[in-house]
Amino acid sequence: MDSNSLDTMAEKGTSLWEDAWIKLRKNRLALMGLGLLIFLCLVSLLTPWIAPYGYEEQDLLMGATPPSAEHWLGTDVFGRDMLTRIMWGGRVSLMVGFIATAVALAIGVIYGAVAGYVGGRVDAVMMRLVDILYALPFMIFIILLMVVFGRNLLLLFFAIGAVEWLTMARIVRGQVMSLRKQEFVEAAHSLGLSQWIIIRRHIIPNTLGPVIVYTTLTIPSVMLLEAFLSFLGLGIQPPQSSWGLLINYGVETMEEYPWLLIFPGIALSLTLFALNFLGDGLRDALDPRTSKD
Amino acid sequence: MALLEVNGLKVHFHTRDGLVKAVDDVSFSVDCGETLAIVGESGSGKSVTCYSLLDLLPKPPAKIEGGTAVFDGIDLLTCDAAQMRRFRSNDIAMIFQDPMTSLNPFITVGEQLIEPLIYNPDKSRRQTRPDARMRAIELLDEVGIIDPEKRFDCYPHEFSGGMRQRVMIAMALINEPRLLICDEPTTALDVTIQAQILALIKTLQQKRNVAVIFISHDLGVVAGIADKVVVMCEGTVRETNDADGIFYRTQDDYTKKLLAAIPEGPKVMQSRAQADSTMIQVSNLKTYFRDHSKASIGAAKNYIKAVDGVSLQIQRGEILGLVGESGSGKSTLGRSILQLAPITEGSVSFDGTELNTLTPKQLVPWRRKMQMIFQDPYASLNPRMTVYETLAEPLLYHGLAHSKNIDQQVQLLMDDVGLARASLRKYPHEFSGGQRQRIAIGRAIATKPELIIADEPVSALDVTIQAQVLDLILNLVERHNLTMLFISHDLSVVRYISDRVVVMNKGVIIECGDTEALWANPQQQYTQQLLKAIPLADPKSERLRMADS
Repeated sequence: MDSNSLDTMAEKGTSLWEDAWIKLRKNRLALMGLGLLIFLCLVSLLTPWIAPYGYEEQDLLMGATPPSAEHWLGTDVFGRDMLTRIMWGGRVSLMVGFIATAVALAIGVIYGAVAGYVGGRVDAVMMRLVDILYALPFMIFIILLMVVFGRNLLLLFFAIGAVEWLTMARIVRGQVMSLRKQEFVEAAHSLGLSQWIIIRRHIIPNTLGPVIVYTTLTIPSVMLLEAFLSFLGLGIQPPQSSWGLLINYGVETMEEYPWLLIFPGIALSLTLFALNFLGDGLRDALDPRTSKD
Repeated sequence: MALLEVNGLKVHFHTRDGLVKAVDDVSFSVDCGETLAIVGESGSGKSVTCYSLLDLLPKPPAKIEGGTAVFDGIDLLTCDAAQMRRFRSNDIAMIFQDPMTSLNPFITVGEQLIEPLIYNPDKSRRQTRPDARMRAIELLDEVGIIDPEKRFDCYPHEFSGGMRQRVMIAMALINEPRLLICDEPTTALDVTIQAQILALIKTLQQKRNVAVIFISHDLGVVAGIADKVVVMCEGTVRETNDADGIFYRTQDDYTKKLLAAIPEGPKVMQSRAQADSTMIQVSNLKTYFRDHSKASIGAAKNYIKAVDGVSLQIQRGEILGLVGESGSGKSTLGRSILQLAPITEGSVSFDGTELNTLTPKQLVPWRRKMQMIFQDPYASLNPRMTVYETLAEPLLYHGLAHSKNIDQQVQLLMDDVGLARASLRKYPHEFSGGQRQRIAIGRAIATKPELIIADEPVSALDVTIQAQVLDLILNLVERHNLTMLFISHDLSVVRYISDRVVVMNKGVIIECGDTEALWANPQQQYTQQLLKAIPLADPKSERLRMADS
């Protein structure tokens, strides 16, 4: 009787999200961030067709050349085109960044909201589980996963997501615990709304501010985590690449061939800027208390 | 020449939404041994006026655009920071509204008290720690703190609200200021404590011959202590006169409106109670909470007995007032009846059905029949839902409307509570306090309930708004055939609205009876004290009472 009709109400456009979109459209910086992100994603998607070279195509005569008309961003020590490798690397990095963060977000928000809202013993047990996972050394956890399931990209998403959601859950739980005591939640309760609807409609939307900020911080850190894992041989393997891996190799040859570090670095920073601008814009847009213009 | 003379003070706020003239050409003066009351509703600029005297305003956005405030020959508005510090520590002191937040919880009360003495910017006036301690203990004794030597080393959380306000007063007086600014010093306190604090300020003032500026939103509170009254509205002074002149020979229309809005006298509306029909039967209700502050491993469990064996009936159609001071358990009782707080013992039945035996699922249809209006309209509305969503939610959830007629239903609700239909798409923060409370009332009556429990619904509102909301509530009770439990600490409001009154203290019912009978002839001492402490908007009788205490 209830949750369906409540959803149709949201569709009728009096919702927070619609207002947020109207406000976001007026925020130039956030729109720029959004545009840049869409551009990066499009390039990554289309890489197989638009990349100037193949990602494993070597030209040993052209090893480690600086940027030129032929190779816009130069070549690496094996003579592979850097632009191509950054484009291919972006596919992996963005995918890992977004999917692992989405996993962390989904688990963390729901887990934290339930723990914080129900409280008491349920909360204690749920949070001790989080503590245990926190205490588990990350490396051992990942290596165990690799040993049991073997090496594959999906597992990488899962492993990173499984770690990143912990902090998210804690942040959301803290927020929810203070929200739970607010009178509007009690009012919803006295209207007879079910717990799940209260969590979904009254609690979670009010935790969005910190969650969005934390999310925009998580995406780049996940990208670097992937690089770290790949570096250890647990993530993706050369000749495949990712921004994190390229940066790692770039650091080794920083003094001789600085462009090997600079260009992947720029790609990662651009993404980070775009995410932060978009994140700030979203946070403001989703808070009705910031003025409408 | 008076001690402080303010002339043509103008304070403007430069905000994103444009210029706000918070204080616009305000003049007044106050002399030693005199009490000046500045009265006005929220947003009238009364606090901004006083904060600007001590340079406590955030600049920007605030900017002092003109005027002078001459204190003892020096203009406070233009003097330099060092001079201002000297004024603040030696000559002008301030008492703030909320004693719960104006003391640092990590420092002992005594340490905070002697700070102005041992860190005085005038090195010559600094005192040694033992001297300062002596002085502080003397003062604590003077403001009525029992056993001041011991209490000196206590932390603020070990004091009650009224005691903390006494400590604040002692702190303000410790450097023998010549001007004391009190910013709503009793608003956060219970009525009996309020009476004590007012009397205390009055006696200390007479003894020390200081000038007092007393800011309040409530004309009734200042009637007894003010010599002169300034009535402010929207940044301008509406009327300045001595207290008798303001109260007995009112000139300005706005002042008249303020005076008229003070709830006084008995209820006008006929009681609609149906004597033979009991709606709610509460029997021996007990609601205990675990006390976590004192819990230690292995120790016996400590309980706070919020409600300790209460029995009462609510007749169909009546408005039952529930009166008590903070901590009396009145709110918990209301929440227990609604099954929002877990009951430890006893029962609550609604039309013969014991609510406390039902499962949450079985309760849902009953929840539709009983609704709650909360005290704080700023906290009781979801800040991320538009008014439309807030009002449509209960209608849709309980199946009282469907997607075709929901718009119309919500608009009718808006009409019911006196809000413009055009503001449906707005968010709560875009409304004033009174309008928000109207939204909250709209949400409560949306489910067509039979019983409404109103928990201090007008306490957070200005007097004139309070009167409007009370009338709205009475009107809705009549039109929708509601039964109501009206919880309040404000006895005048309760008298104005309820047919029968229950007085609660420390979790138990002290007295109960028909409103006018109880007012005329209170049986219990506690009730008598409560009734005696109600401030009246009548300076003569108030002064008499103060002289008594």
